[in-house]
Formats: sequence, C-alpha cells, structure tokens
Amino acid sequence: MTKIAFVRKKEIPPSPPPITEVGLIGWLRQNLFSSWLNSILTVLSVYFIVIMLWDFIPWAYGGHWNTKSLRECLDLDPDVACFSVLAARWKQLLFGLYPAEEYWRPTLTFIFLLLAIVPILFPKFFRFFWFSIIYPGLAVWLLWGGSVWSISIVYIGLTLGVLFFLTLIRRYLKNYMIAAILAFLFTAVFFLFISNWLVGLLNAILPINLPFVESLKMGGFTLSLIVGVTGIVASFPIGILLALGRQSNLPVIKMICVGFIEFIRGVPLITLLFVASVLLNYFLPPGTNFDIVLRVVIMVTLFSAAYMAEVIRGGLAGLPLGQHEASASLGLTYWQSQRLIIMPQALKISIPGIVNTFIGLFKDTTLVSIISLRDPVGLASTIRADQKWNGIYWELYVAIGLMFFIFCWGMSQYSQYLERKLKTDK
Amino acid sequence: MEKTKINITDEVAIHISDMNKWFGNFHVLRDINLEVRRGERIVVCGPSGSGKSTLIRCINRLEEHQKGSIIVDGTELTTDLKNIDKIRSEVGMVFQHFNLFPHLTTLENCTLAPMWVRETPEKEATEIAMEMLEKVKIPEQAHKYPGQLSGGQQQRVAIARSLCMKPRIMLFDEVTSALDPEMIKEVLDTMIQLAEEGMTMICVTHEMGFARQVADRVIFMDDGQIVEQNEPEEFFKNPKSDRTKLFLSQILGH
Repeated sequence: MTKIAFVRKKEIPPSPPPITEVGLIGWLRQNLFSSWLNSILTVLSVYFIVIMLWDFIPWAYGGHWNTKSLRECLDLDPDVACFSVLAARWKQLLFGLYPAEEYWRPTLTFIFLLLAIVPILFPKFFRFFWFSIIYPGLAVWLLWGGSVWSISIVYIGLTLGVLFFLTLIRRYLKNYMIAAILAFLFTAVFFLFISNWLVGLLNAILPINLPFVESLKMGGFTLSLIVGVTGIVASFPIGILLALGRQSNLPVIKMICVGFIEFIRGVPLITLLFVASVLLNYFLPPGTNFDIVLRVVIMVTLFSAAYMAEVIRGGLAGLPLGQHEASASLGLTYWQSQRLIIMPQALKISIPGIVNTFIGLFKDTTLVSIISLRDPVGLASTIRADQKWNGIYWELYVAIGLMFFIFCWGMSQYSQYLERKLKTDK
Repeated sequence: MEKTKINITDEVAIHISDMNKWFGNFHVLRDINLEVRRGERIVVCGPSGSGKSTLIRCINRLEEHQKGSIIVDGTELTTDLKNIDKIRSEVGMVFQHFNLFPHLTTLENCTLAPMWVRETPEKEATEIAMEMLEKVKIPEQAHKYPGQLSGGQQQRVAIARSLCMKPRIMLFDEVTSALDPEMIKEVLDTMIQLAEEGMTMICVTHEMGFARQVADRVIFMDDGQIVEQNEPEEFFKNPKSDRTKLFLSQILGH
C-alpha cells in the first residue's frame, strides 16, 4: 500500500511554454494546421483565393479609365475592366440629379455628418454634442435649401417649449404631467400662430437663402445616406420605446406595441415603400404635397424600428431579474432604473444585433429604386440604359458594392470597438 | 462577546399584521404577524421554500402581498407608487447574488442612488460612498468594476451601496449563501459591525453563529407560517416546537 501522506518539499517556479507553442510557428500550428482535416482545408482555401485573385487583379489593375464608351473599351482590350463609366458618371452616382453648381452642398453635408457623429461615437468629444443637435436642421437646410429661418424656427420653437417647461417646473409647478401638457400647448400655439410671422420678420431683416432643390433631384449615395442615416437615428429611440412597451404591465400599451411590431415585421419592406409612394396619397387630403423622401424615410424608420425593438427585447431578456430588483430596492423610479441600469446593459448585450439591423437598413435603402427614386442601384439601371454604356455591369456594381461595403464595414468595426471598450468584467 | 441591547427602542419600525400572500394558487405566506422595533436585529431561518425570503421581499414590495397590512416607518404599503419608492429609499436590501450593476464602477454603484433618488450633489455623494466603502474595508477597490472583485468583496460593496442611502432598516436575504467559505467571514464581520451600531436589521440566514452573536430575536418559519420565535439563547437551547427541533438538529447536527 502506498503512503497517502505528502508534503511539498520544494516549490516549482513558473517556466516559459515550449517553443513550438508560441510565435509564428505556434500560431500556424494552432490555427491552420492543427489536424489533417484542417491542413487540407487550409491548402484548399489558399488555392481558391489564389485562382480568384489570379483573374481579378489583372482585370481590375489594367482597367481603362479614359474611354468614351463601352465600345471603345472592348476595342482596346475586352479582357480588362472598363472603369471609364465611373470616371464619366461618378458625379451622378454620388449626387443623382442634384444641380451641378450646387454639388458643394451635399458634399458639405457629408463632411458635417462625419463631424456630427464623432461626439456620439466617442464620449471623449461629448462637449461638441451641440453640433450633433444642430446637424439635422443644418443638413435639411443645406440639402433642400430655402430660407435658413424656416428651419431655425423649429429649433427656436422647441427650445422655447423646453425653457417654458423647465421654468414651470422650477418656479410654479410640481406636477410634471401638467407642466408637460402646458409646455406642449405653448409650443403648439407658437408654431400655429407666431412662427410664420416670425419667419417673415427674420427673412426681412436678414435674408439667408439657398436655392431650393426638390426631393426628386436627390439621388445617388446622397439619397442612400439621407434615408439610411435618418432611418438609423430615428429607429433607435423608437425601437427602445417599442421594446419597453412590449414588456409593459399596461395591457393597452403592450397590445399596441406587439401589434405594431408584428404587423411591420410581417410585411415586406417593398410593400411599405409602395404604400409610401402610391397609396399614401389616397389617404391624404387632396392637394397635400407630402414629400416623397420624407415618406420613404418614415417607412424605412418604422420598418427597422420594429426589428430594433425585437433585438433590444432580446437584450432585456438577457438581464438577470436581480438588476431590476436591486435598482427598485434602492428607490429608483421605473424610468430612472430603465435609463441608468437596465438600458445601458441591455443595449450593450444587443450591440451586435443593433448594428446588424443598422447595416441591414442601410443596404435596404437600395430598395427605393423600385419606386423609381434614383439611389445608386436605380442610377445603375439609368446609366446602363445609355447606349454608350449599354451592356456594362461588373464595373458599376462592383463600385456601388464597394461604397456600401465601406460604410457597413465601418459600422461593424465601430461596434467591435464599442464591445471591447464596454467590457467591464476583466 | 457581550451583546448590546440598549439600542432597541419602543418605536415601531415595521408592523405586519395578518399578512397573506399567494403565488398563483400556492399560499406562500399565511397570517404573518410581526412587529419590529427600531434598533432590533432579527434573524429569520427555516427550511427552503418556507417563505422567509418572500417575507422580507414583501417589506420593500419586491413582492406584493394580497391580504393584511404592512406598515414601514409609519407608511403603509399600498399600490401607491410614491409610497413604494419612499419606503424603498428608506429600506436597504442586500441580495444573495449581490446584484451589483456590472456596467458601473464600485464607486458609481454607491453614488448612483443618492444622486438620483436623494438628489445629493456628486461631490457629497462621493464622500459618503468613500466613507461607506471604508466602513466595509474596500476603499481601494472604488474604481474597479464589480466583475473584477471576489464574491466577498462584491457582497461588501452591495452592503456599502445600500448604506449610502442612509437607510433606517436593512434587509439581508441569504447574503452569504453564494459565497465561498473563506469569504463568508468578511461579510459577516461587516454585518456584525452594522448590528453593533444599532441598525434595524432583518437577516434571512443559516449562519447560526451569527444569529447567536448578534440577533435580538430568532424567527423560525415553515410552510409560510411563523412557527416559533424567541431570544437566540432560548431558541437554540430549548426549542418548543417539534418542527423547530427537527430543523435545528438537521442544521446543527454535523
């Protein structure tokens, strides 16, 4: 019988791992050649990548950029790409039918967009958040033009409403509900009776105008970004509210939210877009001119809000019940605990799903070509209808695909960065 | 160690009368009558499923009772949300699984409720929080996230988080059950310290040593009823009911 008793005689110091486990060789062994099957798959994959690039690189690298038509390209060398179509039509792909002398406006809007999202994406720059708030109005004014005051008045009215509300709360009233109703009435009165007069006055004093550009002129990536970005920004808060509503204890709210989500999810986006472009006019009073881009944006927003709600509900369901109990036991109200405890965690869990929905929404904007708006895909058909470029597809669609890829890949990269940043357990 | 009893006053902190609760058809609490005085330290024990956790969760309305009345600090618990939030801000609770907020640092966990519920300025809330973290002996972990702490440390942070609201009553729901044996002591020490300072406490626990040392009263529950209550000495030495005897023999028997 062996002895059971044992006492450590000397301490074993830590030593580095064997050389085959670290460095490049270690990495290759672990990741590419860990077994026979993996080694075969690695070799096959490398083979396929090589034969694809073997054809693609000479095709793309040797492509023509300066010919006048597809015919000319084919005459020169039929085996390489004919990127001349992009050189000839890139402005159209970016701006649609926007007047050429006004191209600076969508360009500036885009540059401002990049600046406006920085404070939202990186908390370090949060002190510039005021610009993100101004941006929507600025973008609308730059893109559609008209008087700067007719946009500013919206901001003025809303600011006055908020100030009115805050004054009521601080000075005169304790009840938030009544203060909110009064503030709402105040704002409504402002917009119904005062705003037009004030716009006229401001215009008379200091007229700042841009030439008006109508919605049907919007196109190309400008249109994709208008629809995509507005949809993303608007669908997020609506999705949160729908997700909360779906979990509500109040049956009426719950039923409305469930009904909305299930209805919108059950209908194809194209159907909704047709409703936006054709049917909606039947329901509206005759003579109303309800902007087509706005109609499309609303439909796309509602569509992705329904998906967003379900994604966020998944995040909410992933939270332990203890989080609700702990925040309740500290005396936080429902909205406080949603805002400070529940949502930050639920949203963090749902980041992959949320970004997935955003990316889906952004790519779905190409569906507006169905209702004859000129987004890049719609424009591709227009360009191909031109006899000079009749018969071209690869070059156009590769370019459009690449543009979309850059945006979507950017979103995906940001989401991964965010997930790493919000990781708090290690 | 000699127990201090001078803390108990005549003031009633919690008054529960003829309280009943059902989960669906299951009658989980039956005719509970309980009066807790300010400064009193009560240990509730009993087999699992006896309703002891549910009882203390009714006190801050994490569970709703269906019959009878619960009066906390002179305010009756009804469906009135304002009353509920008021009582919750006066009654601290510590949970079995800590339930710290993982997305906030230890310090933020502690300052959140004072800042939002009590509207304490951030500077003052931070001072209170650091004071409480020192009390539970982990001020050096203030800027770490809960996920980086050990179980015992997390539970102490949870206690500090409750204390930051300056509660008048503390509820402890099996706070050591999820901890490794090495960590139980550090949490119990914190609770003992609190008890000695005269906090009104109701602790659901199986730590009989703790009960003996700090409790003014031990309550034994079974099948949703209070079976027996007594001073700890008497309770452990001379249990009256057969059910209590059986329970004590099972948990103290080995």
